[in-house]
Amino acid sequence: MRRGLGALLAILVVAGCATTPPPKPGSIRINENPYPSTYRPYGGVPTLIRGATIFDGEGGRIDNGSILIADGKVQAVGGADLAGPEGATVIDGQGRYVTPGIIDVHSHLGDYPSPGVQSLSDGNEATSPARPEVWAEHSVWPQDPGFSRALANGGITSLQILPGSANLFGGRSVVLKNVPSRTVQGMKFPGAPYGLKMACGENPKRVYGSKSQMPQTRMGNIAYVRQTWIKAKEYDRKWTKYEKTGGDVPAEDLALDTLRGVLHGKILVHNHCYRADEMAIMIDVAKEFGYKIASFQHGVEAYKIADLLQENGICAALWADWYGFKMESYDGINENIAFVQNAGACTIVHSDDSNGIQRLNQEAAKAVAAGKRAGIDISEATAWTWLSANPAKSLGIFDQTGSLKAGKMADVVLWNGNPFSAYTRPDKVWIDGALLYDSTNPKLRPVSDFELGQPGEGDVK
Amino acid sequence: MKRLIASVILGCSSPLAAQTVVITNGTLVLGDGSEPVQGGTVVVRNGRIVAAGTGVSAPAGSEVIDANGKWVTPGIVAGFSRLGLAEVDLGADGSDDTDSGNGPFNAAIDVTPAINPKASTIAVSRADGVTRAVVAPVAGKNIFAGQGAVIDTGDDMDAVLRARAFQFVELGEGGAGIAGGSRATAFVLFRNALREARDLRGRLDGQRRDDVLLTRFDAAALVPVIQGKQLLLVHVERAKDILNVLELRQEFPGLRIALVGASEGWLVADRIAQSGAWVIASALNDLPASFEMLAATQSNIGRMRAAGIKVAIGMIDDNDTRYVRNQRQYAGNLVALGKLPGAAGVSWGEAFAMISSRPAEAVGLGTEIGSLAAGQRGDVVIWSGDPLELSSSPEAVWIDGVRQPLDNHQTKLRDRYRSLERNALPEAYRK
Repeated sequence: MRRGLGALLAILVVAGCATTPPPKPGSIRINENPYPSTYRPYGGVPTLIRGATIFDGEGGRIDNGSILIADGKVQAVGGADLAGPEGATVIDGQGRYVTPGIIDVHSHLGDYPSPGVQSLSDGNEATSPARPEVWAEHSVWPQDPGFSRALANGGITSLQILPGSANLFGGRSVVLKNVPSRTVQGMKFPGAPYGLKMACGENPKRVYGSKSQMPQTRMGNIAYVRQTWIKAKEYDRKWTKYEKTGGDVPAEDLALDTLRGVLHGKILVHNHCYRADEMAIMIDVAKEFGYKIASFQHGVEAYKIADLLQENGICAALWADWYGFKMESYDGINENIAFVQNAGACTIVHSDDSNGIQRLNQEAAKAVAAGKRAGIDISEATAWTWLSANPAKSLGIFDQTGSLKAGKMADVVLWNGNPFSAYTRPDKVWIDGALLYDSTNPKLRPVSDFELGQPGEGDVK
Repeated sequence: MKRLIASVILGCSSPLAAQTVVITNGTLVLGDGSEPVQGGTVVVRNGRIVAAGTGVSAPAGSEVIDANGKWVTPGIVAGFSRLGLAEVDLGADGSDDTDSGNGPFNAAIDVTPAINPKASTIAVSRADGVTRAVVAPVAGKNIFAGQGAVIDTGDDMDAVLRARAFQFVELGEGGAGIAGGSRATAFVLFRNALREARDLRGRLDGQRRDDVLLTRFDAAALVPVIQGKQLLLVHVERAKDILNVLELRQEFPGLRIALVGASEGWLVADRIAQSGAWVIASALNDLPASFEMLAATQSNIGRMRAAGIKVAIGMIDDNDTRYVRNQRQYAGNLVALGKLPGAAGVSWGEAFAMISSRPAEAVGLGTEIGSLAAGQRGDVVIWSGDPLELSSSPEAVWIDGVRQPLDNHQTKLRDRYRSLERNALPEAYRK
C-alpha cells in the first residue's frame, strides 16, 4: 500500500513539473547521498557462543560468557546461563575469546590495493593541495585481495578508506563493511557519515614544495588551509542565505560542498598529523573556522599533548610502535597509546597498512605491554575500546556497531585464544550476523576475482 | 675482583667491558631449534659462552644472576636488514646511507663505513633484544647493491663483526627494473658481471677487454663471489625467479647462494631443498603485493621448512632500517599457524631459531653468533616472559659478554612526558 502511494506521488510530482514554474525559491538542495549504500546483510543462523571470555568493546569483560546473535543483531550478552532459541547453533567457546569486530579507521584498501601497481594506485589526487572534491569511494577497487586478509587474519568487520595525505585536503573518506561485493556501493556502511581527510606536516609541503608550488613550508600549509576555509565560509553563507531567503541559485562547487558539510557537522574531519605542535595549531584552525576535528590520524607525538586532545574531545588514531620513517615520526614512542589512554582521551589503534590491518589486535597488545612497563595498567577489556568502540565513535557509527550490546549489528569475532597473544588467530568472523569467515571451513574463505586462477588461489593466507 | 674490573675498564676504549656472567634458574632457550628448558644456566666469560644448559654449574667466585624462571635466550639476530644505515628514511637526506644510486660504484660498495653504531635505530633495537644484524646495502643503478656486513648492536663504536660478509644482488622484479625493465636484461647483466670478474681474475697483467660495463673496482669485488669465497645473497620472490637463480650454479659452479625474500618459495620447495641453499624469508607476506608474490602466504616458511629447506626470517623491504624488533612478533605468528587448519606453522623452538641461529648460519656465522652453544659470542638476553609473546620485553642484554644500556631516545622521551603536569621549568629541563 505504501509503495503504491509513493508511486502515485511520484507521478503527481512528475506531472506537476511539466506545467508549473521552477521550484520554490530556496528549495533546491544539493543531493548529499548520490551514491547510496546498496549493502544488504547476508543471512545467518541464530548462534549462541558459550563459555568464552568476552570483551564487549566498551571496556567490559565477562569470563565464561555467552553471546547470542540472530537476525543480524546481537540479541543478548551474558553469563553461562544465557540460553538460545531452539535450533540455534551452539558453539563451545571454551578457551576462546569473543570480541566486537575490529574497526580500522585508517585504511587504503581498494584505493592503494594489491598488487601495488601504478594502474591501481588511486589514493592521492596530488594535483592540488586542496582536493576536497574527490571521494575515496570512487577509487575503491572492491577486488583488492587485502579486504579478505583483513577479514580472515585480522577480524576486521568495518573500515574507513581514506584518501592519502599528499594534500592538505585529501578528499572524502568512506566507511565500508568488510563484506566482498561487486561494487563499492555494495560495501558502504549504511548511514555512516562521510569523513574529510586533511593532512598537515611533511607530506603536503614535500609534494607541492618539490614542484615549487605552495605549500613549500609548514606556514604555507596553514595559510593554504585557512584560505580554503575562508572560501568555504563564503560558499556556506551564499547557500545558507539562498536556502533561507531564495534568490539566485548559487553555483554548486563539489569541493566546497564537502567543506560546507564539515562546517555543518555532517562530515567528520580526520586529520593526518604527527607532531604535537602541529596538532595544537590544527586545533586552533578548527576553532577559528568553527568546525570540529573528529580524529587526529597517526599522532605520533600525541603523548606530548594528550591533555589537549582530552580537553578538546579529539580521538587519536595511533600506531603501537612506528617511528623514525620520517622526521615528523622521529619522536615516536611505544607508550604513545597508553599515555593518551591514561590522559582520558579517546584512543584508537589504526593501521594505515595492508599488513598492519591484519594484526591490529597484536598492535593493541604491544601498547598494553608498553604501558604496563611504564607503570600504567590498562586492562585488556579497556584496550579493546581502541579497536571497536572508539573507532566507531570517531566514525559516527557507534549507535550501530563497535560493541557487543543487544540491538547492535552482530559484527563479531571468535578468536582461537586470547587476542592479545601473538599465538592467536581469528577462528570465526560474523558481519551483521552472517558467518563470513570460518577457519575450519575452506569454503568460507573469500577469494577476490583477481586471485581466481592464480597460484595460491583459495589458499590459507 | 673489583679492582680487576676497574683496570679492565681503564685499559679499554669502551666504557663497558666483558665480565664473567652467570645466569641461573632461567627458562633457557639455546636458539638451536630446541625447545626451552626450565632451570637452565648460562656462563659467559671473556665475552664468550662457556656453557649453557641444565647441568651447568657456576664457576666458583663468580657473580650469579638469578633469572627467577624468566626466559634466557641468545640475542635476536636480524636476518636481513638495513639497520644502522639510516637514521630517518624520508626527507632527511644526510642521515640515510642505504642507497648509493647516484654514485659510480656498485658491487665494490662496502656498507661498513656507512654503519653508524650510534644510530638511534640501533639503540632501539638493542633495547628490544636484537643484538646482531645482517646489514645489506640497497641496490642503486645496478642490480649489484654491494657488500653487506654483520654487525652487533652494542653501545660502542665497533659495530662490525664481519665486513664484506656477502654480496647482495636484486634478480626479481626490482632487479629487472634496475636493469632496464626486464628480467632477461637483469640476467644478462648478471652473467656479464661475473664474466668480467672471471676475466679480471685470469689476467695477471691487469689488462681488461674493451667491452666492459663494470669499473675495475666493481669487477674485482665479484671475484670472491665467483670463487665461492663470498656468499651471494639474491633477492627474488617469484617461484620461477627462484629456479632461475638456482640454475645459475650450473653455469657458475663456485657460487654460494642464499635466497632473500622468496615469497613464492613454497611452490618450488622441493627444488630449493635439493639445492641446499639457505632462504632468508619474509615471514608474513600474504598479499599479492606485486605480480611476483601472487602466491604469497604466511604458510610459506612453514611449508619450506617442512620440505627440508634451511630457513631464517629476514625483513627485506619491510621497514628494514628500523623495525627488526618485530621479528619476534613475526616468529610468534608463525607458531600461531600451527593451530590454524590448513596452514603450516613452525615449532616454538624452530621459530626462535629462525631469528637467532638460522640467520647466523645463513651468512656463515653459525659458530660465532645466534645460539648459546659453547664458544659463541656472549650475546644473552633475559626477558620478562616468552620472547615471542607481545607482552614480553628484555630486562637485561649482554653483547660479547658486556652488559648493555637499554635507554635510548624513545625511553627518554617516555620519561620526559610521563606526566604533563606543569612544572617549575619547561619540559626541556627534564632529563
